[in-house]
Amino acid sequence: MKEKEYSDIFSGFKGAQTDLIPILVRIQDKAGYISEQSVRQVSGFLKMSENQIYGVASFYPKFRFTRPGRKSIKVCMGTACHVRGGLFLSEAVGWKLGIAIGQTTEDMRFDFQRAGCLGCCTLAPVVKINEDVHSRMSVTRLKEILEKDD
Amino acid sequence: MISFEKRKQQAQKRWDELKATDIPVIYFGAATCGQSAGAMKVIEAVKQILKENKLQAKIVKVGCIGPCYMEPLMDIQMPGHPRISYANVTPDSARRIIESYFIKGNPLPEMAVGHFGENGHEVTDGIPRFFETPMLKPQVRLVLRNCGFIDPENIDHYLANEGYVGLSEALKKTPEEVIAIVAEAGLRGRGGAGFPTHKKWEICRSVKADQKYMICNVSEGDPGAFMNRALIEGDPHCVLEGLIIASYAIGASHGYIYINSDYLLAIARLKKAAEDMRQCGLLGKNILGSGFDFELTIKEGAGAFVCGEETALIGSVEGRRGMPRSRPPFPAVEGLFGKPTIINNVETLGTLPNILRNGAAWYKQYGVKGNYGTKTFSLVGSVRRGGLIEVPLGTKLRQIIFDIGGGSWKPFKAVQTGGPSGGCLSDEYLDIPVEYESMQAAGSIMGSGGMIVMDEDTCVVDLALYFLNFTQKESCGKCSPCRVGTWHMVTILEKIAKGDSEAEDLTKLQTLAETAARASLCGLGQSAPNPVLTTLRHFRNEYLAHVQDKHCQAAVCRDLVEYVIDPEKCNGCQRCLDICPTQAISGARSELHRIDELRCIKCKACYEVCRYDPLAGNAISIKSKRRVS
Repeated sequence: MKEKEYSDIFSGFKGAQTDLIPILVRIQDKAGYISEQSVRQVSGFLKMSENQIYGVASFYPKFRFTRPGRKSIKVCMGTACHVRGGLFLSEAVGWKLGIAIGQTTEDMRFDFQRAGCLGCCTLAPVVKINEDVHSRMSVTRLKEILEKDD
Repeated sequence: MISFEKRKQQAQKRWDELKATDIPVIYFGAATCGQSAGAMKVIEAVKQILKENKLQAKIVKVGCIGPCYMEPLMDIQMPGHPRISYANVTPDSARRIIESYFIKGNPLPEMAVGHFGENGHEVTDGIPRFFETPMLKPQVRLVLRNCGFIDPENIDHYLANEGYVGLSEALKKTPEEVIAIVAEAGLRGRGGAGFPTHKKWEICRSVKADQKYMICNVSEGDPGAFMNRALIEGDPHCVLEGLIIASYAIGASHGYIYINSDYLLAIARLKKAAEDMRQCGLLGKNILGSGFDFELTIKEGAGAFVCGEETALIGSVEGRRGMPRSRPPFPAVEGLFGKPTIINNVETLGTLPNILRNGAAWYKQYGVKGNYGTKTFSLVGSVRRGGLIEVPLGTKLRQIIFDIGGGSWKPFKAVQTGGPSGGCLSDEYLDIPVEYESMQAAGSIMGSGGMIVMDEDTCVVDLALYFLNFTQKESCGKCSPCRVGTWHMVTILEKIAKGDSEAEDLTKLQTLAETAARASLCGLGQSAPNPVLTTLRHFRNEYLAHVQDKHCQAAVCRDLVEYVIDPEKCNGCQRCLDICPTQAISGARSELHRIDELRCIKCKACYEVCRYDPLAGNAISIKSKRRVS
């Protein structure tokens, strides 16, 4: 991210500690992850140490510290999805792409995450790929989607 | 600025125009559930269909009306006719419906699920009334009264439906009188614990401070629960109205909505609602000329289950790690930024406008003594008719699961209420009423409203392991009973699921669970053992089968199952060979295939392909091995 993009984000805030989480949310929305550079920038703006910022950011499962792939695969791990076989979907991604949760493929095509609950439990099990929710998924359908070229 | 009364008349006029319009209105359920099911694609397609046929219609996006399993829902209201609802609409079926209804005047009754009976029409071509259908009939919709009916982004719709009447009633009274009404109504916290709302308020009201805060808790970290999200997406104003009423009662001039940053649609709708409120004089200085000032901040959280705990939530709002602290002092005395703070659940706040508008006596006609009013649930899992429901307290679990939900496809096994903090109840408990006390007596909790139904395909050991894995990851790590206790419980449960356990493990598990429940600092740790304790209590036999016989009845625990090919059914289509990630299946085309057990990782891919592929023979089954030691 460029200087300008940071200052754009910061301009909506006063610079108090209470702004930390909303700022991190916006940076992650924009850049896809929280980089070392982002932490330094936030540290300068909020007058907090980088350690403090990492301390807060790493507490919340939402924040990630590695660069995402072009397609983000989020397998829902909510209870309804679990009961309807969500775990198998999550493993299928693992064996198909050879990456573990939180990792990105070497060619930067995919990254793989688990989501707490996507809030559409009646459609379980669901997988979210970028902004699209795929409902009532199966291992075979997921495999087909992953094999399709982007 | 025009007066509030004038503004309301304007809104009423616009609403009446929409209801008695000369052009057709098409309503779409466009909350998260609808959008996930593809509502946005259908809307685009419908716009195209209307354009192609040169038809005129007004499109209104509404919230979730409840039966999420029917999403995407499309309702058509023709001039002079009631609104008719169609379920599971695709671009193709939308075309059929619109072309038939708009051009030929035939509403295709066989495709309709129900009509809403307005405009004086009772029966329409054999289409039942929507609220008379099995899923809707037993429900009482008080909090959800507007969800699915009004455009959540249009304040006119809310105002025309008795919106902000409760607030103006409240502002005419003293805060003490408002608290007294809520006390009389017997409202209890809908977040799950059921603490009387007015008691919490009274404590905060009596504390002297220059600043007090009100927080609405929308962190909803329970996996499998979406009631709060759906309510905000469908009717944001009712929550905001409740928030101001509560703030007025406790004397807070600043309110926060702590909302999970993943709830994009809900956040957008809250922001839009707040903007509209400000323009109507419902937010800011001197609300409705009462002299009461109120400011609102929408605070995006980063989603952690522990942030449902009040002191952890406050930490998160302040921009710290969401870790709970020991109490007292309670937040009502010393909370956000050290000031007296009340944290209320979304549904609690959403109920307040109803109570203030209609009075305590009206509210008390719903529910049973000590448990007045209604409660929303997200009814999901292995259930035919899943979705967002609202029932009076005291309704029996059986009514909820079987009458409303239509039961499960396979024989019913258990229901989990209250999410990871709740318990798992067997069929013996189906006839207990859903009340705070009775749920607790059965070992579960009311919880915020997650209700997950399980049939015989669910293994309770696996379920307990799932929840403990969740709470172990979500444990903030501050106190050791929770941090270490949940970890050890996971380890023991994994052993049981693998078939490596001994008889004494069950005793260890029980003791560990009881200790963690008693010694943990906050609600997360105190309730985390509930899934273990309740499954041990109600499904001990299944644990014993895992421990003694190494047998998983539901064929879920993968170390205890095997994949078997039925030689009678296998047609040698090689579909499973292609999909198997470990080349564990072998066999020539049109000949019987074999699974190499040593290579098989039990990923279920071959099972699915064999079962659902039209060319395959449905020959692969997952069976539990019985290895008696």
